[in-house]
Amino acid sequence: MPRRTVYEASIEYMQILDEHGNLDEKLAKDTLSDDDVVYMYEHMVTCRQLDEIAFKLQRSGRMGTYPQNKGQEAAAIGSGFAAKKGEDWLVPCYRENAALYMHGLPMHYILLHWMGDERGNQIPDGVNITPISIPIGTHMLHAVGIAWAMKLRKEPRVVLTYFGDGSTSEGDFHEAMNFASVFQTPTVFICQNNQWAISTPRESQMNSETVAQKALAYGMPTCQIDGNDIFAAYKATKEATDRARAGGGPSFIEMVTYRLGDHTTADDARRYRDQAEVDAWKEKDPIIRTRLYLESRGLWDDDRQIKLQDRAKTIVSEVVKAAEDIEKPGTDDFFDHMFAVLPEHLIRQRDTLRTSSIGQNPEQAGLRATPARV
Amino acid sequence: MANLTLVQAINLALTQEMQHDDRVVLLGEDISINGGVFRVTEGLHERFGSDRVIDTPLAESGIMGTSVGLAIAGMRPVPEIQFEGFLGPAYDQLVNHAGRMRVRTRSALTIPLTVRVPVGGGIHAPELHSDSPEAIYTHSKGIKVVMPSTPYDAKGLLISAIRDPDPVIFFEPKRVYRSFREEVPEEEYTIEIGQAKVVNEGSDITIVTWGAPVYQCLAAMDNLPEDVSVELIDLRTIYPMDIDTVIQSVQKTGRCVIVHEAPLTAGLGAEISSQIQESCFLYLEAPVQRVAGFDTIMPYYKLELSYLPEAPRIEKGIKECLAY
Ligand SMILES: Cc1ncc(C[n+]2csc(CCOP(=O)(O)OP(=O)(O)O)c2C)c(N)n1
Ligand SMILES: [Mg+2]
Repeated sequence: MPRRTVYEASIEYMQILDEHGNLDEKLAKDTLSDDDVVYMYEHMVTCRQLDEIAFKLQRSGRMGTYPQNKGQEAAAIGSGFAAKKGEDWLVPCYRENAALYMHGLPMHYILLHWMGDERGNQIPDGVNITPISIPIGTHMLHAVGIAWAMKLRKEPRVVLTYFGDGSTSEGDFHEAMNFASVFQTPTVFICQNNQWAISTPRESQMNSETVAQKALAYGMPTCQIDGNDIFAAYKATKEATDRARAGGGPSFIEMVTYRLGDHTTADDARRYRDQAEVDAWKEKDPIIRTRLYLESRGLWDDDRQIKLQDRAKTIVSEVVKAAEDIEKPGTDDFFDHMFAVLPEHLIRQRDTLRTSSIGQNPEQAGLRATPARV
Repeated sequence: MANLTLVQAINLALTQEMQHDDRVVLLGEDISINGGVFRVTEGLHERFGSDRVIDTPLAESGIMGTSVGLAIAGMRPVPEIQFEGFLGPAYDQLVNHAGRMRVRTRSALTIPLTVRVPVGGGIHAPELHSDSPEAIYTHSKGIKVVMPSTPYDAKGLLISAIRDPDPVIFFEPKRVYRSFREEVPEEEYTIEIGQAKVVNEGSDITIVTWGAPVYQCLAAMDNLPEDVSVELIDLRTIYPMDIDTVIQSVQKTGRCVIVHEAPLTAGLGAEISSQIQESCFLYLEAPVQRVAGFDTIMPYYKLELSYLPEAPRIEKGIKECLAY
């Protein structure tokens, strides 16, 4: 046989909760309890509220550029719910606030970061999250490294890493996938395919029909799911984390979702995409369908909704207050964390700026170096 | 003549070069329909089409590496890297290929590419959107490094860069993008790469700078006593540097302050002051002063103005140098 097929594959798509709130009972079996869904719904609504307020803060000059997560809450919440708090790691990009919040990151940290304050990245002890990552496509390698360490130490822990459709064009993405697969690290690659990378639609970003198929090239289990469906997001991630925890190596999940807002507050999506497309996706909003589902189960009503909305408003306004009330950092802030022990010249530069009484020659003013505070 | 911002002047230069040379192609992230995140390429896609104003996948190594190939094959690629902080993935292609191809092939293959990169701080941007890496690319040989500070200079320098037979990194100070307008001639003109500009003639002290700090220096000068006469030099091109203009000035004034946003240590101030020391030793009345960014990671925007060489710090530097 001079020519034969040496490789064949297909990509499975999964949806459990459709946009009208109908559940595929069979697929949903042994996934989320009623309490789980209520809990996740509350987080989604709270994070949507955070987005709305963050947008307003930016528009009124109280915050810098901010990327809304609007429309992608199910992907973040559904997947994040499969991660064990205090055990597993999340290695995020910037469009999965809900997962970070649920995994234990205080919400005002997220605002602090976008308010141009590095203390927003000072992740509290015991919260296994790396900071929001700005250089696209680079952080997935860290997820592989962290997972690798767990594997080497034989700890049954896993790492979830989040990134967008556009990120899969960067070289580092492919290196991360290959390393994870070659070394069989317990890493779950979660691509939030929100159809756009700023103004570049998915079809121009890649010529592959799915993002999920990219994992095939690395010999990695892969699937595509409805990313606006918390059940599918949870189930796919749970299967992947179970496999990883049991030593089965990495997995890839393409979560098909949509960025309902602008890329960031600095962007104007009307320049490059049709309102009709946005409107069509609004119908598939993960919050709407989760609520429909809860209502159909008799778990939700208008009264509970109003109470939740009030609670979300309170939480977010407290978060805003926490972020805004914190005293502006002194200039020491950008010196003190440069090294464990500050070299002399950095101490001098820091103190020069602190006293602000002289130019670049602290010695001339009789200033002495002070020991580093570590 | 039209009254243009830096953004518009660059847009005009690109338009004119694309008009008269169909080898010129623009490529980068979000540069076509969106017109680039700073709108520098606004309208060019409509005018020149998708074969010449190209939205690429999100991959800087891809953008730079294919630009090298395009250049080898006789095109004049003008890639855009969205922010200087994202030059990282492009570094290998720019430094290890674009900068070396002529030498490696003994001029058989050349790389006439101009990579446009918004640079610098002061615009309240997120992390990695405010750095000043010009020294890195100056130290990496085989690449010319240009950083205009005015719309007029930007147009003339960009046209020169695109016509240059070798790789040019064209840094655009984003703080200046829309900060003011000036008269820019409609007709094509070039400004030679490698020529500094004396912004203000003076006799007591020389200030050397480039990019956005030009305006901080001017503000600092406004605060000096009337009788202090400052010579302000805008390098415009960082490599190859017009050191002669600097030396002539310092031989006249005997004092010099160098101002840059990039970190102090191993910044270009060190190189310039070393050259001044070599050529002006007996003329110097005071040690050469540097007012620069600190040797830290560029802080997020809450503290960025404390990091940047703002006017008060420059003024202090000038006064110290004068008082020495
Ligand atoms: C290396 C790098 N290049 C460019 C950018 C600028 N940039 C920020 S977000 C973005 C698009 C990202 O698209 P995608 O990965 O799909 O994520 P999404 O924003 O859609 O969630 C770009 C080009 C960057 N941050 N890092
Ligand atoms: Mg995307």
